[in-house]
Amino acid sequence: MQTKTSKSALFPYVLWIAFFVIAPIALVVYYSLLDIHGHFTLDNYKAFFTSVYLKMTLSSFWYAFLITFFTLLVSYPTAYFLTKTKYKQLWLLLIIIPSWINLLLKTYAFIGIFGLYGPLNAFIEVFGFDPKQMLFTDLSFVFVSVYIFIPFMILPIFNSLDRLNPALIYAARDLGASAFTTFRRVILPLTMDGVKSGIQVVFIPALSLFMITRLIAGNRVITLGTAIEQQFLVTQNWGMGSTIAVFLILFMVIVMLITGQKKDKGGRVR
Amino acid sequence: MKQLIQATIAILVVSALLFYAANALSAGGGKSGKDTLTIFNWGEYIDPDLLKQFEKETGIHVIYETFDSNEAMMTKIQQGGTAYDIAVPSEYMIEKMKEEKLLVPLDKTKIPNFKNIDPYFLDLPFDDDNKYSVPYFWGTVGIVYNPKLVGNLDFSSWADLWDPSLKRKVFLVDGAREVIGMGLNSLGYSLNSLNNQELRKATDKLITLAPNVKAIIGDEITPLMVNNEATVALTWSGQAADMLSENEDLDFAVPKEGSNLWFDNMVIPKTSKNIDGAHAFINFMLKAQSGAKNADYVGYSTPNIAAMKLMDKEVVSDKRFYPSEEQRKTLEVYKNLGPDYLGKYNELFLEFKMSIR
Repeated sequence: MQTKTSKSALFPYVLWIAFFVIAPIALVVYYSLLDIHGHFTLDNYKAFFTSVYLKMTLSSFWYAFLITFFTLLVSYPTAYFLTKTKYKQLWLLLIIIPSWINLLLKTYAFIGIFGLYGPLNAFIEVFGFDPKQMLFTDLSFVFVSVYIFIPFMILPIFNSLDRLNPALIYAARDLGASAFTTFRRVILPLTMDGVKSGIQVVFIPALSLFMITRLIAGNRVITLGTAIEQQFLVTQNWGMGSTIAVFLILFMVIVMLITGQKKDKGGRVR
Repeated sequence: MKQLIQATIAILVVSALLFYAANALSAGGGKSGKDTLTIFNWGEYIDPDLLKQFEKETGIHVIYETFDSNEAMMTKIQQGGTAYDIAVPSEYMIEKMKEEKLLVPLDKTKIPNFKNIDPYFLDLPFDDDNKYSVPYFWGTVGIVYNPKLVGNLDFSSWADLWDPSLKRKVFLVDGAREVIGMGLNSLGYSLNSLNNQELRKATDKLITLAPNVKAIIGDEITPLMVNNEATVALTWSGQAADMLSENEDLDFAVPKEGSNLWFDNMVIPKTSKNIDGAHAFINFMLKAQSGAKNADYVGYSTPNIAAMKLMDKEVVSDKRFYPSEEQRKTLEVYKNLGPDYLGKYNELFLEFKMSIR
């Protein structure tokens, strides 16, 4: 009886996976094998291994790495101090709220903030510096992306820090570990799962960012996402667009494998 | 479990209500037939008074919808969900829509005001003998600049963009045909070039422009130029006219080596359920008075000679937006490159973008 109900409860899930995960991926792979005239070919894959696309892949990875690194740098301490505050759920909510606002709206706000006559330059001028055009630079691109991804990184780290049994920390301190050693040997390993899932939710979307690359970086940063958008909307070369998407999926699988959580090992103190 | 069921029911009820409300709201706009006319146009691209006037004169109810790219427009017409009676695509898209058999041929006897159009804009390669389309507005691609910030450059030649004083100051529009076309024009080639050698040279020439390029963006150029945040931008004349009307310091130039001539045109898509009404509307828009009123409101260049006579002399004699016969000879209309070369142009544009570091 038990197994029967659980099996029929599985049905919507299987249907979902078939229609919204397997079928789209199969379609992407199918389209990637078509050229612009609809003939079967492997030319798209050959084209991907030319210098233009390889350079683009490398630069996508580089920026995704920078974004993830700085997001982690900001998020870990923030999440840590959040768990120490009195009304931590409230503080957490305040950090999450900006992610309810539409991404495009936030990006447009940054165009104003970074502008030559924007508040940031007005602030700089107070200290006697010349105003600088801060839009359309690598710095502004990484800054805005980091800002957008911070809530997604904080959440999993906060959860794993919150679950951490404080007795373990007391024990470590009692046994003579310094604050830093306690962090390195006890806190960090025990919250590694949170960090890993944080990296996943940031690095993977960062690889295929495309709108911010135009609005904030003025297309000075080209990611695989930009190329896919171009191929589908402008060139209408669905084959090449799908080929890039196939590679993006492969890269994501690799990232998932690297940062994947292994049940038996996760959180063990070494 | 009880809570879960309650929550599920609550969500279902709310969804059903919203669905019903959305249907009720759109029902007013969804109807179409003999007494309504559904127009599909770019945003901010018609004087709303004209629509009211048309409704009054003919008794036809107008439903007005907008799109923001030719591709999006064509997709919606292909899907055929809404019975659009009039659409306003650009010339290269008309060629494509013709191939896909999405257009209804025009009956010129129902459009007597067709004679008001400047013959220069008729019978062009994208639509021989104007079988399917009537020009609505036209323009060029050129350089909008702030004379106070560029020294003595006047952009009478594309070469001025390469001037070392413009390091990291040039904004380009995010369009492969516009940018590669500029590269081709700057070397004296046709912007419809299908010659791989010419395309290679043009791309190499563009790559030498990379140090001067600040950003490659879209409509966001307008506020940047208006607020004096940007110095020089490659853009369409229509967009430039908008900028100039908001910031009097700005100037616009079409370099002498040549540039693109573009059109937006009224067509009747296959989805139309009121073909007579659509003809009546086209004829109404081609009247001298409507043409003049519309051009005043939108600010783009009108192809309607009769309307130009009714307009402000200063506007229609402005060589920047109404180029002389001689200047017109250097202008070229985009031809449909076919999927292979369109792909090639985009690959080269991508290569150029990658060179900007």
